[in-house]
Amino acid sequence: MDLVTVLQVLDSTVRLATPLLLACLAGLFSERAGIFDIGLEGKMLTAAFFSAAIAFVSGSVWLGLLAGIGASVLMAGLHGLASITFRGNQLISGVAINFLAAGMTVLIAQDWFREGGRTPSLIGAARFEPITLPLAETLRGIPVLGPIYAELISGHTILVYLAIACVPLTWWVLYRTRFGLRLRAVGENPAAVDTAGVSVVGLRFAAVGICGVLCGIAGAYLATALQAGFVKDMTAGRGYIALAALIFAKWRPWYALWATLLFGLLQAVALRYQNIELGGLVIPVQLMDALPYILTVIILAGFVGRAVPPRAGGIPYVKER
Amino acid sequence: MTMMTHLMTAATAVALSAGAALADPALIFDLGGKFDKSFNESAHNGAQRWAEETGGSYNEVELQSEAQREQALRRFAENGNNPIVMVGFAFGEALGEVAADYPETKFAIIDMVVDQPNVRSVVFNEHEGSYLVGLMAGMASGSGTVGFIGGMDIPLIRKFACGYVQGVKAANADATVIQNMTGTTPAAWNDPVKGSELTQAQISQGADVIYAAAGGTGVGVLQTAADEGILSVGVDSNQNYLHPGKVLTSMVKRVDNAVYEAMKSGEDLETGINVMGLSNGGVGYALDEHNASLVGDDMKAAVDAAAEKIAGGELIVHDYMSDNTCPVE
Repeated sequence: MDLVTVLQVLDSTVRLATPLLLACLAGLFSERAGIFDIGLEGKMLTAAFFSAAIAFVSGSVWLGLLAGIGASVLMAGLHGLASITFRGNQLISGVAINFLAAGMTVLIAQDWFREGGRTPSLIGAARFEPITLPLAETLRGIPVLGPIYAELISGHTILVYLAIACVPLTWWVLYRTRFGLRLRAVGENPAAVDTAGVSVVGLRFAAVGICGVLCGIAGAYLATALQAGFVKDMTAGRGYIALAALIFAKWRPWYALWATLLFGLLQAVALRYQNIELGGLVIPVQLMDALPYILTVIILAGFVGRAVPPRAGGIPYVKER
Repeated sequence: MTMMTHLMTAATAVALSAGAALADPALIFDLGGKFDKSFNESAHNGAQRWAEETGGSYNEVELQSEAQREQALRRFAENGNNPIVMVGFAFGEALGEVAADYPETKFAIIDMVVDQPNVRSVVFNEHEGSYLVGLMAGMASGSGTVGFIGGMDIPLIRKFACGYVQGVKAANADATVIQNMTGTTPAAWNDPVKGSELTQAQISQGADVIYAAAGGTGVGVLQTAADEGILSVGVDSNQNYLHPGKVLTSMVKRVDNAVYEAMKSGEDLETGINVMGLSNGGVGYALDEHNASLVGDDMKAAVDAAAEKIAGGELIVHDYMSDNTCPVE
């Protein structure tokens, strides 16, 4: 395997890991505040559709991105309404959002564009184009480092760089700001936060809102940067893989980056090499596809460190009277 | 009393309209809807052609949910429509239950085999159409490497792949065909992101024509192929228009012909398995203004000659599903 091939696989890894990373950070905010969210998939799908639809109609990918984020935040608000305000079961609300998104997007797409539940292909300014970083072509000549810079680091869409920038930002917000401290506290012991005179409901809605924004960017990335349009069910389970990555990362931002990159790498390798031969032993592609889940189960079972979820996760907060 | 009269009038009207509809054919679209730019639209076109040519009329319904399949079938059957044509394998189960209850009514199901005495099961020889587009891909390729991207890994898709490889090898015996399947679950039909990544991986291995038989995943394949400046081949319906000048051709299943034939035979519809192949216009390749510049005269001559040979039985394209193996790779 030469350097070019390695770089191509890594390049593919970055592209595949980006939506996972955004969704994983989205889940991180929500779950750290004590709201379990298995509706990441549905929110991404909604955002994917609305970003593609609005980008097509308006011809501007930025308006599309805004529409995607808006739609995703609305879905997140629905989840918040059900699970925070009305103290419903968070898992059931999340499942409902996934079903709602899967049906609604196709229905609206069919009624709007009449192309079998797709949006028309986006062209020109309605898509995110790859950005070539400064000096990428000039530095290409430098052995090893040049191609790494030109192929791997340069040449992605702006959303990829945004996603990676979100990792230190998330770390900073969670661990270095008052808001972050309260947000983490509300996921561990909401009663204490309430006693201190801080609104539990407000904090949880804020967290769910941030989750909506990040899912919106993830969905828009799928439909307007990786692809040029919406196709029904195009998230294809990435919301669930992101959840697995979140557990794998033990609800921490930097770990989330490594976990999603690892899962992205596994996908990239599985796509590049359908069956891998290791010393006479053939590893089928199905195993590679299943590895993220297997790894997560191993982590959950406590073989490699312990993954402890936020203590108040999944429990609606009821004020004592 | 007036209420009663109204009801009576309404009932009479229904009875009369049912009588008038007697022996009109009916067409049931699948969930994709009538104008899905694919299967259902093709069926609609076939029905329209029949209506225009014969001056007849037909009843139709677009399903809104899974639960309506049986309901729609029974309603048309009770209404006296004959034959009743339905588009898509998903009707298999519902039809299996309903067909026996209406022995006088003829049914035609497309893309599925339902073993009942009053059912015509229309299936397509996808391997023959795939052979033709493979031949074109082999001729169009400059690198000698072409690609195939399938959706879910099932025998039907391997049938597409096997026909395609045979066609490619017929054009260029030394050609390499890179084959990838998107996945092993139904999600593989709708994962354009994976389709794009597979396309990029195949391009980096030298492929310069890629055939996608992968449903919604194929949208990603065609898109990436167009972005990267290589050729692609569409499937099922004519997809040449998606990226004019970048899609070499499309392997088309002539669902419209199947619907047209069924409606034309009316109540005398022959039941049993009806194989739509090259010999009876069931499959083929698409040539229109969007790909005319890509298909040269010699390519067209070669592919038409091959089509004629297959139709005439001189050339047999191996069907993967007959023995679950493919003689070439």
